[in-house]
Amino acid sequence: MMKTVIVDYGSGNLHSVAKAFERAAKDFKIKVDIVVSNKPEDLEKAERIVLPGVGAFKDCMNGLLAIEGLREALQEQVITKGKPILGICVGMQLMATRGLEHETTKGLGWIAGDVKPITPSDPNLKIPHMGWNTIKPHGQHALLDGILTGDDGLNAYFVHSYHMLPTLPEDLIATADYGGEITAMVGYDNIVGTQFHPEKSQALGLALIANFLRWKP
Amino acid sequence: MLKARLIPCLDVKDGRVVKGVNFVNLKDAGDPVECAKAYDAAGADELCFLDIAATHENRSTMFDVVKRTAEACFMPLTVGGGVKTIEDIRNLLLSGADKVSINSAAISDRQFVKAAAEKFGAQCIVVSIDAKESSSGKFEIFTHGGRNETGIDAVDFAREVASLGAGEIMLTSMDRDGTGQGFNIALTRAIADAVKIPVIASGGVGTLDHLVEGIRDGHASAVLAASIFHFGTFNIAEAKAHMAAAGIPMRLVTGAK
Repeated sequence: MMKTVIVDYGSGNLHSVAKAFERAAKDFKIKVDIVVSNKPEDLEKAERIVLPGVGAFKDCMNGLLAIEGLREALQEQVITKGKPILGICVGMQLMATRGLEHETTKGLGWIAGDVKPITPSDPNLKIPHMGWNTIKPHGQHALLDGILTGDDGLNAYFVHSYHMLPTLPEDLIATADYGGEITAMVGYDNIVGTQFHPEKSQALGLALIANFLRWKP
Repeated sequence: MLKARLIPCLDVKDGRVVKGVNFVNLKDAGDPVECAKAYDAAGADELCFLDIAATHENRSTMFDVVKRTAEACFMPLTVGGGVKTIEDIRNLLLSGADKVSINSAAISDRQFVKAAAEKFGAQCIVVSIDAKESSSGKFEIFTHGGRNETGIDAVDFAREVASLGAGEIMLTSMDRDGTGQGFNIALTRAIADAVKIPVIASGGVGTLDHLVEGIRDGHASAVLAASIFHFGTFNIAEAKAHMAAAGIPMRLVTGAK
């Protein structure tokens, strides 16, 4: 059976992510083995990879680097072999060149860009950007297939104070409106990431996860 | 556009829901996981569990409830009650909670908020504040169900915990809790306007207009209620439709949004 590996590097929400993937696979009748692991041999056998993450950029990056061989294994599978990868929240942010949360931290460098504080034009807007918001696609993407987007579309669950600003405009897949545009999805080729949490986004989330499990970039 | 959130809260004691929940077709109204699934299906924006009799001995019961809920519900879950240590927070997050609320431990040691936020990220640290107007006319923090005055100014405290890294404040109007007379709007607005982080208004909801007032007049980002949903007075869809009709951006339940 095809295997999807959720990368375990000490991030807190693995359980929720794994359960949402199992539920999406069941609901959409996709045969897949969901494995939580940080072992290079599991990544080698995986068809798809998920990089979750909650907390601070630097803590997450340090957590990932603390596992011997993990960074190299991810680089091999994602960049050299081109396996589909989905980054979630800080897992997505880690794909950037740099994180500028508190101090500058180097990211995985897969997507050119920096992770910066969100700066809503309306000073009354709260930070973190927390709760349900709609998303606006910038062009088409397979992960949004069949999902109603836009102002009257489905909502995604966000909770973050920082977002990725990709250097190349074409790497920006979708945005949300929060006193101006904030990054909701980024990626290119076999790489995609969501700032929101698909595992907490009910209908939109489960549909997006199913799209990822069927994605052949 | 970001939507206002409607959050049902379940009081849990020894792994069972206190008071029960009045839902049709619920097999076991005392099972928090069954109740959570019903609220998930009904379109609640988040869910809150409050462990009202948390002790070191019965802690594992709550971990199990949280774990089983996270397996069945794909919505954000906040868990509070008796959270005193970094280890408590870690265990709740590992069980599947998305956010953990800290109450008395934040009052006795502000640095605990900082340590927790640095360890797990501001996004999952909620500071729960129980406040009411004191005899001196200021908003003060009370403990022990509103009986004990602490002398701590609620607005100053909210500012302080926000600067220490709390990601959200859950504010309970202690003078209104259980009365069904609505939030203390002056208190809610004073706190919501004083901090940059979102505030959840709690305590006193008796009508759907109270929910509107919490957002519109109290400037809260979310409203929390227990009794009106548990006793079946109103359901989540009715509450959201009412708030939307009052002009508040809501994630509506109809059309599976």
